[in-house]
Amino acid sequence: MDLLAWLQTGLVFGVLLLTIKPLGVYMAKVYGGRRTLLSPLLVPCENLLYRLGGVDADEEMGWQRYAVAMLLFNLAGLATLFALLCLQHLLPLNPRNLPPFTWQLALNTAASFVTNTNWQAYSGETAASYFIQVAGLTVQNFVAAASGMAVAIALIRGFARRRTALIGNFWVDLSRGVLYILLPFSLLAALALVSQGVIQNFSPYRSIPLLQPSAVDTPLGQATVTEATLPMGPVASQEAIKMLGTNGGGFFNANSAHPFENPTPLSHFLEILLMLLIPAAFTHTFGLMVGNARQGWTLLAIMLLLLMASFVLLHWAEVGGTAPLARVGIAGGNLEGKEIRFSLAATSLFEAVTTATSCGAVAAMHDSLTPLGGLVPLSLMLLGEVVFGGVGAGLATMLAFAVIAVFIAGLMIGRTPEYLGKKIEVLEMWMAMVVVLAAGAVVLAFSAIAMTTISAVAATANGGAHGLSEILYAFASMANNNGSAFAGLNAGLDFYTLLGAVAMLIGRFVPAVAMLAMAGSLAAKKYVPPSLGTLPTDKAPFALWLVLVILIVGALTFFPALALGPIADHLTMAGVR
Amino acid sequence: MAHRTLASASIFAPGLLRGALAESLKKLDPRLLWRNPVMLAVEIASATTLAAFAYSLVGTATEPAWFTGTVSAWLWLTVLFSTFAEALAEGRGKARAASLRQTRTTVTAKRLAAPDRVDAYTVVSAEALRQGDYILVEPGELIAGDGEVTAGAALVNEAPVTGESAPVVRESGGDRSAVTGGTTVIANTIVVRITANPGETFLDRMIALIEGAKRRKTPNETALEVLLISLTLVFLLVCVNLGPLSAYSATASGQGKPVSLTVLAALFVCLAPTTIAALLPAIGIAGMDRLFRKNVIALSGRAIEAAGDVNVLLLDKTGTITHGNREAVAFVPVGGQAEEEVARVALIASLADETPEGRSVVSLARQRFDLAGDGTPEGATVIPFSAATRLSGLDLDGEPYRKGAADAVVAFAGGLGGSVPRDLDNKVAAIAHAGATPLVVCRGPEILGAVNLKDIVKSGIQERFRKLGSMGIKTVMITGDNPLTAAAIAAEAEVDDFLAEARPEDKLRLIKEHQEAGLMVAMTGDGTNDAPALAQADVAVAMNTGTQAAREAANIIDLDSNPTKLLDIVEIGKQILMTRGNLTTFSIANDIAKYFAIVPASLAAIYPQLGVLNVMGLGSPRSAILSAVIFNALIIPLLVPLALRGTGFKPMPAERLLIRNLLLYGVGGMLAPFVGIKIIDLGLGLLLRFAQGNIVP
Repeated sequence: MDLLAWLQTGLVFGVLLLTIKPLGVYMAKVYGGRRTLLSPLLVPCENLLYRLGGVDADEEMGWQRYAVAMLLFNLAGLATLFALLCLQHLLPLNPRNLPPFTWQLALNTAASFVTNTNWQAYSGETAASYFIQVAGLTVQNFVAAASGMAVAIALIRGFARRRTALIGNFWVDLSRGVLYILLPFSLLAALALVSQGVIQNFSPYRSIPLLQPSAVDTPLGQATVTEATLPMGPVASQEAIKMLGTNGGGFFNANSAHPFENPTPLSHFLEILLMLLIPAAFTHTFGLMVGNARQGWTLLAIMLLLLMASFVLLHWAEVGGTAPLARVGIAGGNLEGKEIRFSLAATSLFEAVTTATSCGAVAAMHDSLTPLGGLVPLSLMLLGEVVFGGVGAGLATMLAFAVIAVFIAGLMIGRTPEYLGKKIEVLEMWMAMVVVLAAGAVVLAFSAIAMTTISAVAATANGGAHGLSEILYAFASMANNNGSAFAGLNAGLDFYTLLGAVAMLIGRFVPAVAMLAMAGSLAAKKYVPPSLGTLPTDKAPFALWLVLVILIVGALTFFPALALGPIADHLTMAGVR
Repeated sequence: MAHRTLASASIFAPGLLRGALAESLKKLDPRLLWRNPVMLAVEIASATTLAAFAYSLVGTATEPAWFTGTVSAWLWLTVLFSTFAEALAEGRGKARAASLRQTRTTVTAKRLAAPDRVDAYTVVSAEALRQGDYILVEPGELIAGDGEVTAGAALVNEAPVTGESAPVVRESGGDRSAVTGGTTVIANTIVVRITANPGETFLDRMIALIEGAKRRKTPNETALEVLLISLTLVFLLVCVNLGPLSAYSATASGQGKPVSLTVLAALFVCLAPTTIAALLPAIGIAGMDRLFRKNVIALSGRAIEAAGDVNVLLLDKTGTITHGNREAVAFVPVGGQAEEEVARVALIASLADETPEGRSVVSLARQRFDLAGDGTPEGATVIPFSAATRLSGLDLDGEPYRKGAADAVVAFAGGLGGSVPRDLDNKVAAIAHAGATPLVVCRGPEILGAVNLKDIVKSGIQERFRKLGSMGIKTVMITGDNPLTAAAIAAEAEVDDFLAEARPEDKLRLIKEHQEAGLMVAMTGDGTNDAPALAQADVAVAMNTGTQAAREAANIIDLDSNPTKLLDIVEIGKQILMTRGNLTTFSIANDIAKYFAIVPASLAAIYPQLGVLNVMGLGSPRSAILSAVIFNALIIPLLVPLALRGTGFKPMPAERLLIRNLLLYGVGGMLAPFVGIKIIDLGLGLLLRFAQGNIVP
């Protein structure tokens, strides 16, 4: 890596590290119901919401009620968004008179935005009206993110509380997440993005006469193109929450590679930072809430380590290029599908971060990455979105891994395993295994179904090992709620929209319910104070063991599939016989 | 000391091996294997390959019959090795249960019509006895059931239960009243109130426990099974997934064939955590058996595992930390007397004292000043100890020799006109401060000095407490002594804390307090007044010599009645968990090498370039797969001794222990199969070359 790459990376992580402590403290205060700087302004709004919704903010819930509330809320969101998409032509703010979504695509899109996946089987500028973008998709960007954060907070409470059946109030956690965290920060972020040139308007698409008319072939013969259509829209408001809430659904099809979404190096930097902001601070919130900040720092260190290693590997693969490129004498790395304005390193960093967090916004074409380079985003998703991961969901999944790591390590030192003073028993193990393995099982099962379905295989652009990667990537992205596209796959095929919707819903809500069940069981337990015989979970040996558990579970689950995909692809390209 | 009758047989005694082999075949029944779902899945995979083998003999299969047949054979062996390990672990217990059962056959009892009428009884079979019946047991007779001695005292041979050949005293009242069915009265006649119905007696429970018939999985074991079952399910999906993926790849690359059913089954069995799943039942049973060999009976597996988690150990001072009796260690003169004179007077005052304390005074006097004396001298009047005077001694030649508590002796000498030496108070206080008991001696009105009676802390006990401390276990000494004495002994024994002037209800309160704070508490006890505390403690060890109430409240019974056994129990509890954890890590770490053997081998025809993953340089795809399968099977019997003996355990802080075991079983588990599979592959290569032209086409 060159100096510039190091500087850019250093800047991102330097600024990120500075934000973690204040933001972590702030979020702990918000979810603890304590006073913050924004309280005078927001408490009245919050109370108004509770009055409107008939919610008693002081009444806490057991895990079952919490889970039912969470599921009902998301079901309502799914139904509403589905209806809006199907009725697009009847709704206002549709200057281009776009037709409604087909029910298959509407279902896929609704599931996608409700699950914080933001897999897009449509392209924003040609399929979605301003009303859909603002009232449908952006709203879900906020509440889906807040819903994930609420589940994580409930799980943290499970660890922090003692001998209680109560893990919080879903409606309160949801409202506070939106009002105190997501809204203020995305407002600031949107303003910052607008300052960089991200557009924010409801104007009709603009026609721009081309300086140089060009001839194109059409089925009706040659035609001359004299003007281009520039799509417009309220982009900045959606862009900010898209990154901050690790949603990742672009306003435009090109996502963050579009100059209206990501115009300058500064906006590029800002967008990377926004993706990491909440997932990183969540580790500190966790540490504070369980009463031992070191526990949070340990998880943060693990995430940083895995992210840095992934980024370095990805960047190394892209700078190295491929054997075919070398044969035709192209040096300087693999530039295909990259945002050249922002340097190779900045692009690699964006792609590593967007798949490490479950954001899924893209600033480059993942299908054009080298096979080994493409292996990195794929692996980051297949590991279960624990390297920062989605807002809330990432930390909660990491905690499930920690429970498993603690369990095995606890046995190895001859004690009934305990994590953060809570004994890990049968129920916790079941739930942790469900959280950790649900998405992986969906990927394995659904990609196998795709491989036996002729139309699904035909939808790949490349065939061969690369085609296998495309299908694997699609299900990895959907089941793990990432939403980034490898592209190269006709995702609009009913097979993928419908099976994908199922994958996204399972990948989101099965682990979420398991996390809440674990929270309920943990909260009811008593606290076991640490002794010399207790395994310290805030020190390097355990941290390394946790990293190994994450890597080994991932490797054992996906090694054969990866061997037939990216690895075979790489070896073929490298000319290995 | 008492292990002689139990521990002599080696795990691998030929008789036990033969029995285990027969038993392991029976255990292949899927209805029995259901208890071990991972191995059941392996059995199903084995059956699948067997069907594939049968088909390859008649139809056209993708794999040659010799290959499918060999894979199938080794998969079946994998299951067999697992059931064998379990049968072997059960074998020793079964042998012992059989010998216990012999003692139970056709016993009769003399049932009394009324507890106080020993002359009126009817002879009934032991089966007819019910709780609350009273029976008469005379010398030479077997006690027909569990009970409590209500009248008399007898010498009882408990060897059938405890393995200890020296008979023990059982008497009514007090803490040694419990008798066990199946033991024999050697001398004297006793009346026993039966406390357990037939089938529920101690012996019955013990037989059931040893045979493993009632063995329930512990919560920890179940949680581990959850991990293993989940992993097995995912690996099943991995193999199911590999079918279509390889079919697609074969089409896409235009060469090779989809991975065959045989290879998929082989891959599945290799990936599934078979090593730990196969040995899991054996580990628990063997742990119980290790306890039996230490003459400790755990009434549930849960209790042993809880022992491994104990944070606080409550230990009675007397008998556990100190020897039961205090001993004289020094003569302290007062008022300018010679030390030898003090010794002489103390000796005379103790001549008639048959208590261990009195005898220790005699022996110290002999040791220090070569003063002879044994038994009560001619013409002496013995003054026995009484609660009223708190003095004892004898009158010899008209002169009263007394010893006793300081205030009692001062009052006695004062009554005879004696004065109190000025340094008496200080010297008596000094002895008390050091945690010992001062016993003042006088000859008539003259107070000569004091005997320093000290609690003797058992040798080596500090070392054991330090070990416990390094495991994070806090030791608390419980004593009826005053705080001063208690503090001194606690300091000497190096316990972490003590509870002085403790009453039984204080024990209960202390346990509850610790449990409230989230700690696991272990204690030992023998008396009836210990029963509530025993019932409350997480790990409650009752001495076999204790009362029936104590034995019923406990979840572990120590047949040797040696309270320091608790430390062994803790160690074995930890060992069981560690063995499970270590073998789990080993089992999962093994998978990495197996992937490097099987994946390139099974996909080589589709993508020859994947050969670079064949880092072991295995001879051919088929020998690579076979090597992995054979390694996976053979590692089970190789690890059986480890599973039965438990992994080594040295007390050390948790983190160091983790690093050590991760290096040993994690890193070792990653590397071992690379070596093992390579060696098997080399052997197979030779074999295949030899067989070429005969069976390999």
